[in-house]
Amino acid sequence: MNPYALPAIVAVTLVTVGIGAYGLRLARTTSDFLVASRMVSPHWNAAAIGGEYLSAASFLGVAGLVLKEGVDMLWYPVGFAAGYLALLLFVAAPLRRSGAFTLPDFCEVRLGSRPLRKLATVFVLFIGWFYLVPQLQGAGLTLQTVTGGPYALGAVLVGVVVTANVALGGMRAITFVQAFQYWLKLTALAVPVFFLVVAWQHDGRPALAPGTTAFSQPTTVELRNDAVLTFTTGTTVDVRGELDGEPTTAAVDLGPGRHTVAAGGTLRFPAGAPVPEVSGVASESGLAWLLPAGANGHGLFATYSLILATFLGTMGLPHVLVRFYTNRDGAAARRTTLVVVALVGAFYLLPTLYGVLGRVYVPQLLMTGQTDAVVLLLPGAALGSGLVGQLLGALVAAGAFAAFLSTSSGLLTSVAGVLSTDVLGRGSVRDFRWAAIVAGLVPLGLALRVSGLDVSQVVGLAFAVAASSFCPLLILGIWWRGLTAAGAAAGIVVGGGASVGAVLFTVILGPGDRGWAGALLAQPAAWTVPLAFAVMVVVSLATRRRVPASVGTTMLRLHAPDALGL
Amino acid sequence: MVTAPPPRTPADAPERVRVVLAEVARSKTAGHTRTELEEQSQIGEALVRGLVRTQLALSLRLAAVVAVGLGGLPLLFAVAPAVARTRPFGIALPWLLLGVVAYPFLCAVGWAYAYLAERTERDFTALVERPEK
Repeated sequence: MNPYALPAIVAVTLVTVGIGAYGLRLARTTSDFLVASRMVSPHWNAAAIGGEYLSAASFLGVAGLVLKEGVDMLWYPVGFAAGYLALLLFVAAPLRRSGAFTLPDFCEVRLGSRPLRKLATVFVLFIGWFYLVPQLQGAGLTLQTVTGGPYALGAVLVGVVVTANVALGGMRAITFVQAFQYWLKLTALAVPVFFLVVAWQHDGRPALAPGTTAFSQPTTVELRNDAVLTFTTGTTVDVRGELDGEPTTAAVDLGPGRHTVAAGGTLRFPAGAPVPEVSGVASESGLAWLLPAGANGHGLFATYSLILATFLGTMGLPHVLVRFYTNRDGAAARRTTLVVVALVGAFYLLPTLYGVLGRVYVPQLLMTGQTDAVVLLLPGAALGSGLVGQLLGALVAAGAFAAFLSTSSGLLTSVAGVLSTDVLGRGSVRDFRWAAIVAGLVPLGLALRVSGLDVSQVVGLAFAVAASSFCPLLILGIWWRGLTAAGAAAGIVVGGGASVGAVLFTVILGPGDRGWAGALLAQPAAWTVPLAFAVMVVVSLATRRRVPASVGTTMLRLHAPDALGL
Repeated sequence: MVTAPPPRTPADAPERVRVVLAEVARSKTAGHTRTELEEQSQIGEALVRGLVRTQLALSLRLAAVVAVGLGGLPLLFAVAPAVARTRPFGIALPWLLLGVVAYPFLCAVGWAYAYLAERTERDFTALVERPEK
């Protein structure tokens, strides 16, 4: 156990609360409270957006997926960054000029429909909560990994700190907190990477993609579930537990073939032993890890679906849009988004290296399936348990906590904003505080009940829902005069509904290899996004007499250059 | 697309201006195009439609650059697996492209978009604020 990790986590949490309290003294009016009075400069704003966006999925999940499944998973970070480019190209400046603070606001500004506003509210709440649960779970996993504490403690800690901070400080506080947390997260991955690469050079540059993965040092693996291990070559393993049905506490020569180990058993592998394959823990090895999915139809479909969900889903995430209101005007929103693409892209250069080096230094995660922990465990494994390894391990743990705190703060602010204006009250500061508490308790309850979901994939599914509901609404609403409220509602219900159905199906039944049907449900975006666009256009054309009379004025407002002051 | 010399931006240092009464009087009639826009006359609406079309075409062109440049990669790797096995600089090509090159590429496209979109807006502003002869 790392003695510096817990103080580092506590320090990050205290700084977050401290900056929140500093912001609290500045928050005077409702306008200050909700949108920081629009006095945030593009660079601060971009760092804040980056800080808010880089979640548990980016900080822990991407490296874990790369470790487990290889090059195809690089589409996650590329898509997360490209999502901001799509936002820049199609949404940023007009959305800022529309004056909409949330997605339901945009529905009302553009289409003037109260029922549509309510529908959008339901989807904002679903996406926001669905995205909050994995953040809290990531916090539970981190605290469990670095301190050995119970899973529930981390989830409750992050849930309570964030809820209190949002309820008391509002958005101004959050802007400073988020900007600080972007730089903390970047530092927390960048500094250890430097040491890790030096250690890797020092160890004689072990191959990153060997034909079979092997333990680089003697390693003890504890199996939490009954498992069937498949060995390719004979290995001497020190076994404590039930092996092939017999209680064993000795070094055993395990020949090539299959061996069963009961739950709770520990295996100690010598350095150089190949990592056995474990039933039920899917991972790629050798060339399948190194090279992209072949031309088999549903692998390629899943890749394109993932690309579509991440490229187009970002603009539909509730906590992303709120940020644009803090820009001074449309041109500032555009410049901010451009800086965000650069900041987020710079960050995503790093998790890949953790995933790749993880194959060399922590291959046991491939046996236990806890690949999300690779970023947390890698510094200690590669640099040893000396002071440097422990300090870097603590830095990474602090960065991970920054990721949960900032993303959940942003999500909670936007979910509470929508709740306070559309469901509970009329948007006063007092309503907002109550809404923040309600909005925080719901995902906390969910996170405590379900702990078996995979962080990055759940986040990927939230992107798919956002891409199939709000992306068509925003793009058509901003660029096409013919959109009607009926068309928008039909598109959101059909496209969003289909993706929600696929998501719930996947989450409840778990991911499995079910061929085409599995691919269509596990990565639904490639069919639900075009479906949503098509339904929106067709129903709008059918109801074209109900195009709002104000569409000309709205279009002028969305697209006229800020310099004209129209 | 009309290209005009970029007009002075507010960021430039303010310059001492000599005010001539006759010019002030003329500039009152200069807001004619602006009135067309505000009153949603046919001319005003045509102007806005043109602006929206120009900006949308720009966005779609740059989106197409990304769709081909990045979106074409999975297909390329599937159709020509030999390409995926090449190792420039000792790194497998898919890792180099998706792990490193993709990010500067996205930034470059974003920068080009911001530059061109702002130029379109400057042209439009110049058109609207052009003094009537």
